Amino acid sequence: MEATIPSTGESAQVATEPEQPKVKISIQNVYKIFGKNPEKARELLEQGMDKDEILDGTGQVVGVADASFDVHEGETVVVMGLSGSGKSTLIRCVNRLIEPTFGKIYIDDQDITELSIDDLRALRREKFGMVFQSFALFPHKTVVENASYGLEIQGVDRETRFQKAEEALALVGLKGWGAYYPENLSGGMKQRVGLARALAVEPDVLLMDEAFSALDPLIRTDMQDELLSLETQVQKTILFITHDLDEALKMGDRIVLMKDGGIEQIGTAEEILTQPATEYVAKFVANVDVTKVLTAEDVMKKPQPVAFVKDGPRTALRKMREAGLSGIFVVKQSNWELLGHVTAERAVEAAKKADKWLDEITSRDECATVPPDEPVRNIFPLVAENNNPVAVMDEQHRLRGIVVRGSVLAALAEREGGDTQ
Amino acid sequence: MMGDIIPRIPLAGWIDAFLNWLTGAIAGVTRAIAALMRVGIGRLEDGLLWPPEWVIVILIGLLGWRFGGRKVALGSALGMVFIWNLGLWEPTMSTIALVVLATLIAMLLGLPIGILGGLYETIYQILRPILDFMQTMPAFVYLIPAIPFFGLGAVSALFSTVIFSIPPVIRLTSLGIRQIDRELIEASDAFGSTTMQKLIKVQIPLAKPTIMAGVNQTIMLALSMVVIAAMIGAGGLGGEVWRAIQRLRPGQGFEAGIAVVVVAMILDRITQKIGAASKAV
Repeated sequence: MEATIPSTGESAQVATEPEQPKVKISIQNVYKIFGKNPEKARELLEQGMDKDEILDGTGQVVGVADASFDVHEGETVVVMGLSGSGKSTLIRCVNRLIEPTFGKIYIDDQDITELSIDDLRALRREKFGMVFQSFALFPHKTVVENASYGLEIQGVDRETRFQKAEEALALVGLKGWGAYYPENLSGGMKQRVGLARALAVEPDVLLMDEAFSALDPLIRTDMQDELLSLETQVQKTILFITHDLDEALKMGDRIVLMKDGGIEQIGTAEEILTQPATEYVAKFVANVDVTKVLTAEDVMKKPQPVAFVKDGPRTALRKMREAGLSGIFVVKQSNWELLGHVTAERAVEAAKKADKWLDEITSRDECATVPPDEPVRNIFPLVAENNNPVAVMDEQHRLRGIVVRGSVLAALAEREGGDTQ
Repeated sequence: MMGDIIPRIPLAGWIDAFLNWLTGAIAGVTRAIAALMRVGIGRLEDGLLWPPEWVIVILIGLLGWRFGGRKVALGSALGMVFIWNLGLWEPTMSTIALVVLATLIAMLLGLPIGILGGLYETIYQILRPILDFMQTMPAFVYLIPAIPFFGLGAVSALFSTVIFSIPPVIRLTSLGIRQIDRELIEASDAFGSTTMQKLIKVQIPLAKPTIMAGVNQTIMLALSMVVIAAMIGAGGLGGEVWRAIQRLRPGQGFEAGIAVVVVAMILDRITQKIGAASKAV
C-alpha cells in the first residue's frame, strides 16, 4: 500500500478539488411571488426595485426573486439568510410544497415544475426526505410509526416498514425508542426521529428546513456533528436551510446567501468569508469567529526541511542548521509517512555515538499531530504548549504540513486585513 | 311610521310562499322519509323498552365505566335508577331514542360537511354565515316548518332537532382540521401522501379531540331541542313537562325537568370522556 503512493513535498499542498459529480438539483431563475399580479412584480424586480418597494407599490409579496444555483450529487448546500430572506420558500419550491411562480427546477434533469400532481407525488416519495424546524412529528403516532410514515404511504407492508424504520432510528442513535410517543422525547431526540423519518425512505435528497434551529446550542452542535458523520456513511445530497452563519459554515460544502428573496453570494465557506461579494455579505460575516472556520490545512506551512530516516544524525543536523531549526520531523522517504521528531540535542548525541540511523532517537511522543480539517481554534493550545511545531497528518499518516505559532497568527491577521479593506 | 315612507317588506309572506311551494314540490319525498323515520324511531324506542330496566341501567353504567371510569359509571347508574324510581322510565327512553337518532343523523351529515369545510377555504367561507344563522335562530322557529313536511309527532321533532344540533359538529370538525399545525400537513405532503392518506392518517386523527367536542355539543343541543320539540308532539320527557305546564302542576314539571338534567349529565360526562380519551393518545 505504501509503495503505491509516490509522494513528494508537493503532496503537502492543499489537495485539489475532485471532479465535480453530476448535478442533482438545478434551480434556474426561480421566482415566488405571492399575489395576483406576479408579472408586474417581476418586471419591477428586473427594474431594480426591492421587495419593500414592490409590496408598497403593488401589494405583491416577493418570496424568492430570480434564484439560480445547482446542487451536485453528494454535496451539502446550505441556503442561509435571515427571516424573510426567502430561504424557506425556496426549499419548499424544490419539492413544490410551494409552487414556484416562474422558473425551472430540475431534479436529475427532470423539470419538476411541469409534473402532474400524480407524478409529483411519485417524485416526492422516491427522491425526497424532509426534516422540519419544529420537527413536525405526528403526535398520535409512536416513534417507529412516525419514522415509517413515508414507507406507510408508499404501501410498504407493516413488518418491512417497521424494520426499515428501526434501522433508520438506530442510525440516528434511537435504538429501542420505537414504542414511545413523541411527547416523551426531548427536543434533540424528536429531531432525530424527524431525521430517521426522512432517512427511512432512502431518499436521494435530504431537505432540511432549519432542522436544528429549535434545539439548544449544545444539542445543536451534537446534531450537526452527527449529520456530518452520517453524511459520510449515507452519501446524500443535502439542501440545508439555516439562519445561523456558524451552522452554515460548518455544514455547507457551499453556501448560498440570500437576502430579500434574492441570492447575494454563492461560494464555499472560505470564499464567503474572504471574498464577500456584496457589502451585505461582508457585514454578515464580519463577526464570524474565523478560528472556527479556518482549518489546519488553511494555515499550515510546507514541512521543509524534513529528515528522512536513513539520513543519519549528521545530515539531519546539517538540515537543521541550514534552516535555523532546533528540531526536525522525520518521515519515510517513500511516502512521507510521519515517524516522529528529532531535536538537535539528541542528534548531536547520536552523532557522537556514531549512530547510523535516526530511528533510535526519533520520538513519536514529542510531536503533536492534528488532522488537516482540525479547526484552528483547537490548534492554538497545542501550539502554545509545544515548543515544537504541530504536525498536520492525514489519514494515511502522511505529513501534510506543519503549523507553527507564527503561521496561525499570520493567517488570522491576513483575514482581519481582508475584512477591513 | 316607517311603513309610510318605505312599504313594509313582506318577508313573512315570501318565506311562507317558499315553504308552501317546497312542501308541495317534495311532499312525496318528505312523507316517505317521515314514514321511514317513524318506523326507525319506533323500533329504537321499542328496543330500549324491551329489556328489563336493570339491564339498561347496567348497560349505561358499563358505558360510563368504559369511557369515564368508576365515578362516571356509578353516577350514571344511580341517575338511571333515580329516573326509574320516579316512574319516568318510558318517556326517558323515548327521549334518549330521539337524541341518539338525531345525533347519529347530525354526525352522518355534519362530519363530511365539516371535513369539506376544513379542507377547502371556499366551503368554509360559505358555511360560516349559514352556521351562525342556524345557531342564533331561536330554537322554536325550526318547529314550525317541520310540521308541513313531516306532520305532528316524533319525525318533525327529529327533523328540527337535527337542524338545530348540527352546527357544532360541522363547525368544530372544520376547525379541528383547519387548526392542525401547518408543518404537520407539509410533512405529510412532503412524503408524497395522497389527499385521502393525509386525511385519514393525519388530519382526522389529529382533529379528533376537537371533533369529539363538537359531537358532545351536538348531543347536548339535541337533548335540549328534543325537550322543546314536545310542543309539536315529540313526547318523551319534554312531553311530561309540557303536560305539567298545561295542567299547572309544578311538582310533576320539576320531576320531568330533573330527569332531563340527569340524562344530560350522563350523556355529557360519557361523551366528554370519549373526547378527552382520544386527546390523550
